[in-house]
Amino acid sequence: MKEIKKILGIVWMLLGLATAYFGIFELGIPKFSSGKQEDLVFGIIIMLVLTPIITGGLLIFGKYAWDGEFGD
Amino acid sequence: MSTENISLKTSTKELVSIIGASSVGTLIEWYDFYIFGSLATIISTQFFPKENPTAAFLSTLATFAAGFVVRPFGALFFGRLGDMIGRKYTFMITLILMGGATFAIGLVPKYETIGFAAPLIVLILRLLQGLALGGEYGGAATYVAEHSPEGERGFWTSWIQITATAGLFISLGVILITKNSMEKATWEDWGWRIPFLVSIIMVFVSVLIRRNMSESPLFAKAKAEGKTSKNPLKESFGNKLNFKFVLLALFGATMGQGVIWYTGQFYAQTFLLKIMNIDYDQANTLLIIALMMGTPFFVVFGWLSDKIGRKPIMLLGMFLGVICYRPIYEKMYQTANLSNKEEIMTNLKVEVKRALLPKSTTDSLITTTTTHVYTDGTIYKETVKENISSNKESKPEMSQSIKINEADKWTLIWLVFVQLIFVTMAYGPIAAFLVELFPVKIRYTSMSLPYHIGNGVFGGLMPAIATYLVTASKDANNPDFYLAGLTYPILIASVCFVIGLLYIRDLGVKGNRD
Repeated sequence: MKEIKKILGIVWMLLGLATAYFGIFELGIPKFSSGKQEDLVFGIIIMLVLTPIITGGLLIFGKYAWDGEFGD
Repeated sequence: MSTENISLKTSTKELVSIIGASSVGTLIEWYDFYIFGSLATIISTQFFPKENPTAAFLSTLATFAAGFVVRPFGALFFGRLGDMIGRKYTFMITLILMGGATFAIGLVPKYETIGFAAPLIVLILRLLQGLALGGEYGGAATYVAEHSPEGERGFWTSWIQITATAGLFISLGVILITKNSMEKATWEDWGWRIPFLVSIIMVFVSVLIRRNMSESPLFAKAKAEGKTSKNPLKESFGNKLNFKFVLLALFGATMGQGVIWYTGQFYAQTFLLKIMNIDYDQANTLLIIALMMGTPFFVVFGWLSDKIGRKPIMLLGMFLGVICYRPIYEKMYQTANLSNKEEIMTNLKVEVKRALLPKSTTDSLITTTTTHVYTDGTIYKETVKENISSNKESKPEMSQSIKINEADKWTLIWLVFVQLIFVTMAYGPIAAFLVELFPVKIRYTSMSLPYHIGNGVFGGLMPAIATYLVTASKDANNPDFYLAGLTYPILIASVCFVIGLLYIRDLGVKGNRD
């Protein structure tokens, strides 16, 4: 179980990076460039709030898991 | 104060009065917070430019989201205060701040009167509400948990968990009673302000009750022994040992709980009103009935978590949400889907009304209402409002409303109720779980942040993200567009379930990290 938790650390880090890509390029930038007011608000929330929390959090969580911090 | 004078044991009678005083205040804070969301549609017409109703609605949702996004900052600010000066004083401040902001929203003049200042003031007041709520919940949960005997924390803190749903329930009730006690025009003109204004009375009563409460015994003991934290923020998030538990709480519990909570209560409401076009009063009435039926289960699962642990109950709630949401929402949608029903063509009615616009002798408003009646008793109304003006062209506004029959109403009540059971499983034990994860001296700060990021940011943004996903899917001509909004809670709850299952070690029955 300890090893699975460690290996999954990489999955969480990759998931964090995938969220960053999806949040910025698939949701954020298209919303910023659409020119509509409601899209701009949505883009700001996704790019400046949700994406950094998920990406940053999962990268650190994944690193801790990979380092065996959650082993016990 | 010497530590010998501080009793760590609280009698059941005292505990009941502590729960009562804490819960009433927290309930009022939730009420204040949710009337804004429940009145989102009418607020959009009052404070935001109404040329485009969708834009106005989304702007309100964004303001709603702003209230959620700011909650973690309230958690940090008031959490730090609570760990330094005490739980009691801190959640007195949050209560007064929330009450003041809510009352003030009820007084803000319309966009037509003061222009852009109106939405700006509303946004600032909404942010203050978010800050106050960010500080309140952690304080109340910590305060109650620190009075509760070990092994009973799940049961006692579940009363605090009830307040969030009860606050929503009362907000819907006050809105329905106020709305139905006056003419529609009066309600739309100023009547909607009443639910905001009455909040000040409730807050006043709650402040009087809370004023006589004593400080949490565990915090008082820590303070008397000089063991309180000098810098709770640094000790909570700058210390790796503690920070890893903050991350675990967020990604293994509160993130999933947040989306389950908002899907079951708020997205269900948005789905009924905006996607199924159910009549406003009927949708809110059926939601109230489902809330009444589901609310006691917070205590049931809180109590059960003292017996079998917090983790299995919370994770089961998330798991059931992940596998059941799509079939539940498919059934909900099909229940009111007009293409499944047979229309009685002889009952088709078209009414056209023409009225002069206020302050005009030539411009008029033409309202065309088409009523379709179906064999099962369903009534579908389509209203088109068109301004006939001599100097400018305006787009007609269309609204739809479906009134379903009694049997379909009960089908929807049960479908919302089932979602509420998932909510009570994921949410009922979580206060006790979070309290037990962090030590007394940094508890308020450490538990508040993951709770408000999970519940506020991940959960609070759920209706806005889901509405966006549904719109995008509809634009792409996806036949199952109405289910597209569920992708977000299903994904988030799935990841949270796996992390929780693998990494959380249940402390519920064994004690806490102190």
